[in-house]
Amino acid sequence: MTYQPQNDFGTPESRSDETVSLTIDGRNVTVPAGTSVMRAAAEQGTSIPKLCATDSVKSFGSCRLCLVEIDGRRGTPASCTTPVEPGMVVRTQTPHLAKLRKGVMELYISDHPLDCLTCAANGDCELQDQAGAVGLRDVRYDVQATHLGQEKDHSNPYFDFDPSKCIACSRCIRACDEVQGTLALTMEGRGWDSKISAGLASDNFLGSECVSCGACVQACPTATLVEKKVVEVGTPERSVVTTCAYCGVGCTFRAEMRGEQLVRMVPYKDGKANRGHSCVKGRFAWGYAQHQERILKPMIRKSISDPWREVEWDEAFAYTASELKRISAKYGRNALGGITSSRCTNEETFLVQKLVRAGFGNNNVDTCARVCHSPTGYGLKTTFGTSAGTQDFDSVEDTDVILIIGANPTDGHPVFASRMKRRLRGQDGRPGAKLIVIDPRRTDIVRSPHIEAQHHLPLRPGTNVAVLTAMAHVIVTEGLADEAFIRERCDWDEYSHWAEFVSQSRNSPENLQPVTLVDAEKLRAAARLYATGGNGAIYYGLGVTEHSQGSSTVMAIANLAMATGNIGRRGVGVNPLRGQNNVQGACDMGSFPHELAGYRHISDGNTRKLFEDDWGVTLDPEPGLRIPNMLDAAVDGVFKALYCQGEDILQSDPNTAHVSAGLAAMECVIVHDLFLNETANYAHIFLPGSTFLEKNGTFTNAERRIQPVRKVMTPMNGLEDWEVTQRLAQAMGLDWNYTHPSEIMDEIARLTPTFAGVSFARLDEAGSLQWPVTADAPDGSPIMHVDGFVRGKGKFVVTDYVPTDEKTGPRFPLLLTTGRILSQYNVGAQTRRTENVAWHPEDLLEIHPVDAEDRGVKSGDWVKLASRAGETTLRATVTDRVAPGVVYTTFHHAVTQANVVTTDFSDWATNCPEYKVTAVQISASNGPTEWQEEYEALAARSRRVETGVPAE
Amino acid sequence: MNSVERLVHMANQIATNLATDDAPVAAVADHIQQFWDPRMKKMIFAHGTAGLSPVAAAAISLLADAQNGA
Ligand code: SF4
Ligand code: SF4
Ligand code: SF4
Ligand code: FES
Repeated sequence: MTYQPQNDFGTPESRSDETVSLTIDGRNVTVPAGTSVMRAAAEQGTSIPKLCATDSVKSFGSCRLCLVEIDGRRGTPASCTTPVEPGMVVRTQTPHLAKLRKGVMELYISDHPLDCLTCAANGDCELQDQAGAVGLRDVRYDVQATHLGQEKDHSNPYFDFDPSKCIACSRCIRACDEVQGTLALTMEGRGWDSKISAGLASDNFLGSECVSCGACVQACPTATLVEKKVVEVGTPERSVVTTCAYCGVGCTFRAEMRGEQLVRMVPYKDGKANRGHSCVKGRFAWGYAQHQERILKPMIRKSISDPWREVEWDEAFAYTASELKRISAKYGRNALGGITSSRCTNEETFLVQKLVRAGFGNNNVDTCARVCHSPTGYGLKTTFGTSAGTQDFDSVEDTDVILIIGANPTDGHPVFASRMKRRLRGQDGRPGAKLIVIDPRRTDIVRSPHIEAQHHLPLRPGTNVAVLTAMAHVIVTEGLADEAFIRERCDWDEYSHWAEFVSQSRNSPENLQPVTLVDAEKLRAAARLYATGGNGAIYYGLGVTEHSQGSSTVMAIANLAMATGNIGRRGVGVNPLRGQNNVQGACDMGSFPHELAGYRHISDGNTRKLFEDDWGVTLDPEPGLRIPNMLDAAVDGVFKALYCQGEDILQSDPNTAHVSAGLAAMECVIVHDLFLNETANYAHIFLPGSTFLEKNGTFTNAERRIQPVRKVMTPMNGLEDWEVTQRLAQAMGLDWNYTHPSEIMDEIARLTPTFAGVSFARLDEAGSLQWPVTADAPDGSPIMHVDGFVRGKGKFVVTDYVPTDEKTGPRFPLLLTTGRILSQYNVGAQTRRTENVAWHPEDLLEIHPVDAEDRGVKSGDWVKLASRAGETTLRATVTDRVAPGVVYTTFHHAVTQANVVTTDFSDWATNCPEYKVTAVQISASNGPTEWQEEYEALAARSRRVETGVPAE
Repeated sequence: MNSVERLVHMANQIATNLATDDAPVAAVADHIQQFWDPRMKKMIFAHGTAGLSPVAAAAISLLADAQNGA
């Protein structure tokens, strides 16, 4: 495809069901009521010259270039601000209009540097295009020099701001306000004097509130705001639509290319998850893909104390297969296992679990979703019947009350957060949705421009179940439950049993207040609002799942939604916000040791038979080991070999000391990744991976949306990840012959009822599909449980609050909870290798002023963070975002090793680790701990690669 | 915690959380049957009921009997 900018209809789409017919330049057109004349014209293929309008933001009517003539109206109204009316007759091209437009253009050009030939946006500039469109040939005014000669702002690592080129159209300001919701930009002065600035005139972009989402760059019609990469490489010449590989929002992008070089990632307007928006990670932070530390050749070594030796792929596969066979023969087939990644595609994940089940001959396969969302799977399957969220993202537009618990969407799921914020602010006279936030920390969404949560309940970490039960108590005892819904959709006896339980006075907000530390009156008000405020939707994240009662909390959330009838239509529902890009997909693909693709238990003979017949093997009917169980078994000396794809368990899993002991006890650790990650310090075989830009496949986002990932460049390591797994399987003697990931998807569809209608051809056609995609729902299922729950009747489960075993005491009086930050991603392996470090160079410990003062700690001081499991050091920042008694940090940087202090307590049902609660002590410190120093030394030692040809 | 201690801890945790079920012993046994790998089950059967809460102990005995009977 040659380069084409994305269509711009000038003004946003109207959501009206009514239609209006009119005539534009003699042609009839019918559009939804509320559409602008400009958009109506664009839809019939007539482009009216414009500068200040773009379809991502509301029209403003300032440039006066889009003038039209309308029969029966005086003057020349601006088409971007004039809504269509029935029977209107519009002319967009007349000599009079041409003259007016030329005059307008002349004014703009007189205040614009005429360096088009050397401008980065040459050929991709709307000012240039419009000058051409109106036939501008000369400029009669003197150059006014209002904007010219101003200093450029290069502070943002990804885009430049050149105010001399600004035409003061305010598209950037409106994009920041309306699309992103950050309100970082302002206009100073008026008319020709107006100047754009980030925050105060003294601020630059980096120092301002700007979160570098790129919406303003996208909206800017000139080269004023332009990607540095475009300045460096030049404008793109072709584009490929693909999916972001960072988070569970799953934004669709156009990878805009020049040859094999990626120029920029631009959010795709037709992307159903992001609707043309992006965040700093997907938009800009893809530099890691070409980072010099990327490993491109396979490497092996006998022992982890040896340096690495580079080998060719053939040797790597032969050696790996021989090691796996040796270990299987010596210790038995159960000594082998694999870990799939939620960063890899569905097809790759499916192959890894197939390799384990069909090749290794056991069910020892797990996924990193174990450590984040396994409780979602368990909880929602038990209560509703499917292990997935109930809504699409669009649903939030019809929500009246948003309840966020244990999630920090502005940092973790930024693009969806922007859509949420848009709904919270209200729009076009429609009042905003109400907001309830349940979180130990005052997250950004609690109070941000034009948004103020009605209720923020800052609970003590670890008491989610108690808070939700108290809310249920209020709903049931105050008669706010939706009995009609419950009688129709749920099991009434189970409901009655549950209602009786939550009504007990020990579950009242007042009686639980000493435990939760949440003000009872506030909790009552929040519960009433959720139950009676109209469509209520719950969004939750890892602050719910990563607890010893993670699964119970998910079920408690499901109970609340059912009790209030908030399930089965737009605007409501229970929505897990997934961490990594393909957490949903990894779970769907049968990565858990107890179930096959589509969440069917391995003990189910019929399902097993289906797979056995297709694969020509016999499957073990017993569940295999989960990640923590694998590590225990390794320490016990019976688990010896691990194939770990795209996952850094040493850094991401809790209790680092235990993980490293487990890894060190294995004889063959195979790491398949882009970089020598922390786990690779313990690896014997390193298989280089490919990036999402280098392979074909699909990711499934938090809305169950299966989306294509498309190869835009050749893998630098030579093989796509699915090919690596296939070659390994072949070396082990399996007869696999996939020639393209689409064939893997065909196999998934053949074996998984909820994927029955999915194929690459269908995905290309539809753009994306939300499972279940079946004969009954050939176009997928945006909303689930519409006519009844998947499991039949919704199941209320009594969830009694059980305090965690991790308790504070005199030695460890504070509670540590962990989270993430916008600019970094998970363990940071990718984002730390990009310019994003400009925003988050290190992990910081947030501590309340009172606790800080008690310990003599000031912002910027090094502190020691110690728990029963271990200790580490990092710098402190003193803030009242956290409550007294609570401290908080992120875990993006390996040197911090925050998981050295987390314990191995875990969710009772799924073993999902309890990251969110650790009893700790903070004290002053002057540098890294012994562990950190030893670890640094080990890491340095184990990353050595032999140079030159090794003597055999 | 070594592996056996961890299994005992896990079994107790499951039992505590399923205590409000109609038939807690069966629920705990079913949960362990569904999610524990054979070696973990074998280890806890061999360990016996020391340190287990009454519900967890009953569930483990139930499972062990079923296994032996089968
Ligand atoms: S990059 Fe995003 S946050 Fe920053 S000024 Fe532009 S629109 Fe606003
Ligand atoms: S920076 Fe670009 S979008 Fe913003 S006012 Fe100037 S020309 Fe318009
Ligand atoms: S919100 Fe998530 S999916 Fe979207 S661009 Fe950012 S990281 Fe990528
Ligand atoms: S595009 Fe309509 S006034 Fe600028």
